[in-house]
Amino acid sequence: MARPDRPLSPHLQVYRLPLTAILSIAHRITGVGLAFGALILVAWLAAAAAGGSAFATMSGLMGSWVGRIVLFGFTWALFYHLANGIRHLFWDAGFGYEKADARMSGIAVVLISVVVAVVVFGLGCAKVGG
Amino acid sequence: MSADTGKTLRTRLGRVRGLGSAKEGVNHWWGQRLTAIAMVPLFVWFAFSLVALAGAPHATVVAWIRSPVSAVLLIALLAAVFYHLALGVQVVIEDYVHTEWRKLALIIIVKLASALAALVGVLSVLRIAFGA
Repeated sequence: MARPDRPLSPHLQVYRLPLTAILSIAHRITGVGLAFGALILVAWLAAAAAGGSAFATMSGLMGSWVGRIVLFGFTWALFYHLANGIRHLFWDAGFGYEKADARMSGIAVVLISVVVAVVVFGLGCAKVGG
Repeated sequence: MSADTGKTLRTRLGRVRGLGSAKEGVNHWWGQRLTAIAMVPLFVWFAFSLVALAGAPHATVVAWIRSPVSAVLLIALLAAVFYHLALGVQVVIEDYVHTEWRKLALIIIVKLASALAALVGVLSVLRIAFGA
């Protein structure tokens, strides 16, 4: 096959995605994940409204090991999507499009999301105990 | 908007309405940004609240939900979350599902399920706020 004399779109299996591309798809994946996480929020509110025994069951599920791992995942996903969403809002306003700026804001988003998620989740776990 | 050079096929009425070929203008885009902006302070508040409530007994959590500030902000949060989520998942479906009936069916399911889940959340908050 003749090599076409024009740019090729990146072939995803051999192309090393730049950080900005990885963060872009991560924004979408965390967004879809958080859509399911929103159902946990609703379940928690519904359990609180239903009464003490339903709430105790919900608290037990959320406090179990599996529950904590799932909740930490959602906590990180939330802060990642939130921080990266703010990055998107700055782009919408016309700021931060330079390659170096987009990379720096991307690194900042990753660091902030991890630190905030660990601090918030750690504080919560410290209060629950165990 | 291009100047009226006579080289466009769009009618003047179509241009002044500004709804474009999708017939909905910037509504989808703007709704997603507006809810995103709303959720920034709402989730900061919510995160602080959840840390404060972690491990709290049922009575404490109910008392927190019942307080007017929490009840109003929780309902605002639920509205913003589910509106934003329905718009976002719609775009994901439109990007990856290319069979027309499947795409339409999925979008309808997502929109109706989001509305239903939001209603369950809002009703739960109101039941507590009005003393269930």
